[in-house]
Amino acid sequence: MDQEQLRKEVDEIVKPWEGKEGNLIMVLHQIQNRYSYVPRDISFEVAKRLNVPLARIYEVITFYNYFKLEAPGKNIVSVCLGTACYLKGAPKLIDEIEKQIGVKPGETTPDGQFHVQAVRCLGCCGLAPVITVGQKVYSAVKPEQVAGILAEYSEPATAAAAS
Amino acid sequence: MVKAWINDIPVEVEPNTTILDAAKLVQVKIPTLCKHPDLKASAGCGICIVRVQGSNKMPRACCTPLEEGMHVITHDAEIVSVRKTVLELIMSNHPDECATCGRNTQCELQSLLADFGIREVPFDKFIPDLPKDASNGTIVLEPRKCIKCGRCIEVCQQMQNVWALSFLERGFKTRISPAGDITLSDSPCVRCGQCSAHCPTGAIFEFDDSPKAWEALGDPDLHCVVQIAPAVRVTIGEHFGFEPGVNLTPQIYAALRRMGFKAIFDTNFGADLTIIEEASEFVERFAHGKGTLPLITSCCPAWVDFMEKFHGDMIDHFSTAKSPHEMVGALAKTYYAEKNNIDPSKVFVVSIMPCTAKKYEIHRNPDMSSSGFQDVDISLTTRELARMIRQSGVDFNSLEGEECDHLLGDYTGAGTIFGATGGVMEAALRTAAHYVTGEKLAKLEFENVRGIQGVKETKINVAGHEVRIAVAHGLANVEYVIDKVRKAKENGEELPYHFIEVMACPGGCVGGGGQPYGVTDELRIKRAKGLYSEDEGLTLRCSHENPSVIKLYDEYLGKPLGEKSHHLLHTKYKRLPVYQR
Ligand code: SF4
Ligand code: SF4
Ligand code: FES
Repeated sequence: MDQEQLRKEVDEIVKPWEGKEGNLIMVLHQIQNRYSYVPRDISFEVAKRLNVPLARIYEVITFYNYFKLEAPGKNIVSVCLGTACYLKGAPKLIDEIEKQIGVKPGETTPDGQFHVQAVRCLGCCGLAPVITVGQKVYSAVKPEQVAGILAEYSEPATAAAAS
Repeated sequence: MVKAWINDIPVEVEPNTTILDAAKLVQVKIPTLCKHPDLKASAGCGICIVRVQGSNKMPRACCTPLEEGMHVITHDAEIVSVRKTVLELIMSNHPDECATCGRNTQCELQSLLADFGIREVPFDKFIPDLPKDASNGTIVLEPRKCIKCGRCIEVCQQMQNVWALSFLERGFKTRISPAGDITLSDSPCVRCGQCSAHCPTGAIFEFDDSPKAWEALGDPDLHCVVQIAPAVRVTIGEHFGFEPGVNLTPQIYAALRRMGFKAIFDTNFGADLTIIEEASEFVERFAHGKGTLPLITSCCPAWVDFMEKFHGDMIDHFSTAKSPHEMVGALAKTYYAEKNNIDPSKVFVVSIMPCTAKKYEIHRNPDMSSSGFQDVDISLTTRELARMIRQSGVDFNSLEGEECDHLLGDYTGAGTIFGATGGVMEAALRTAAHYVTGEKLAKLEFENVRGIQGVKETKINVAGHEVRIAVAHGLANVEYVIDKVRKAKENGEELPYHFIEVMACPGGCVGGGGQPYGVTDELRIKRAKGLYSEDEGLTLRCSHENPSVIKLYDEYLGKPLGEKSHHLLHTKYKRLPVYQR
């Protein structure tokens, strides 16, 4: 994003909250919603506009799990760690995912294709263990199926570079 | 007044006195770890718990006020066992590396472990895997050893208003770091070292340059010379069991000579010289209208850094005079080298400073190499000197005092008080008043600029002119003074001050970031007293009376603010890229 554009976007978000109590958290909320994370340049700009120290912004962002510091992957892989899924072998799925694409829950692959997260009960314990990718639900997943599921979403490197 | 009992001893205190402070009044010492007398209680560690009769809670003494009629019990078997558990829990996340730690034998956590006889830790150990940050070459951050007391954060954010350090994440994962996980050198840190002076453990400490000093001392090609700052002479003794504030100047000279330094200079000489240049600057600006007022002192490098980063619009107000040790460094490689026929490229200058920021100042810009070489080669803190003295085998406690090398070593009382807040101002006023009136001042003491109040404002009369003055220490206190100047300028009003002194560290350099640990206001006052009593006892108490300084101008520099002075003794400032606080 160029500086001009950046300032405009921050301006839009900050304006309604200027001079109001507790504005920092509200502004950060909107930024998180809009970009799915809080980009560093934006934090710098917000610090200037709201006249709060950058340190304070980072204290807030890292305090709440809600805020993310990195762009989430294109495909969000959620592994349920509710009791049923856990007992039926979800931890093995997490290990397998790490083996396949090299990231742990909370991390994003360097090419930005996948973001892996662990979630609490998805409410379909009968189907345990469950993985979702985006909106799609995979039930009774076995570790050996993981590679296949991920392959459905992997774009060839050339396509990724072109996009 | 609140009347209560502590361990059955009656005590009477002002309302809102904490149990901790009340206990001190009756000689009861409640252990503390996260609480520091300079700082707000974070109530983070729990070691200070006590019991109040009739209640089954265990309040924390550091943040609980004593109430009317309370019966407080500070020590019994259960309380001691809770305190032990607190320590064991802390140790379950703390490395067992005392033997190689920067704070070994000087650590508040280690002392408590010793006092409570902790022999093993009955919990699983988990040490976070966090990297060291030595990027800025002045202070080192070792977050693995952090116990999350929050002192450094409070210091950096509230006391210094720099906001370089913050707590990131929460709960178990909480860690100290510059905001956004950048390195310290990329952060707004001004290297004051106050975080290291307040850290109870080895999580923040000074960058150790003593190996470089030993190496230079061992190099037969080098001619090593050394200088000691005003504030070091009254604090080094704390490392060797002397009372705080005892002046050990002659003993330090002797120790340094035994360590192998070829010449022992004194930064106090440089302080006298700084005053000559700065007072001349002030008179130019004040009496002859040449240059911007108020004039602001510039001998504190953390303050210079702070100004360049956050108050760049004040550059014109800054005195261009270098700090005293830089002046001595420049002269050691010119005047001294020439007079003694020594190749200046072989002169190695070591400064012993109360300060971590001086480690950065020595290469902050090309003016710090005005002799043609880096004027000061390395800068050590008081703490590093204490270790070096021990390593050298000098028995400091029974050492006979010696004299300095006079050429760049003689000093007046004005030079020595540089080490305390208000001291630079007082020294400058003594000389400036003399320059304006041409007379000897009837009274040399300017009591209104002394003391540990955060901002001191006063007016004095110099030959019928009112001179308005402000003295600030602790960087957060600076903002008030600078704001006032800025507002007056914006509104075209009369200037609130003509002359401003700033030191980054509370109490000035006696409370510097490189000084012996455990600083409190009580200690700052005692240390400053050591300097003021030396001043009082000296016959020469004004910088312009220093015979070696007079000789230096006669033989070498010419006149104050002259061409040669300008080249060797002055510097420039520039705005630094906007570091985001
Ligand atoms: S040295 Fe001073 S400015 Fe730097 S992190 Fe420590 S307290 Fe903050
Ligand atoms: S007040 Fe003294 S010790 Fe502290 S940063 Fe400034 S020069 Fe260094
Ligand atoms: S000293 Fe009171 S809670 Fe740490």
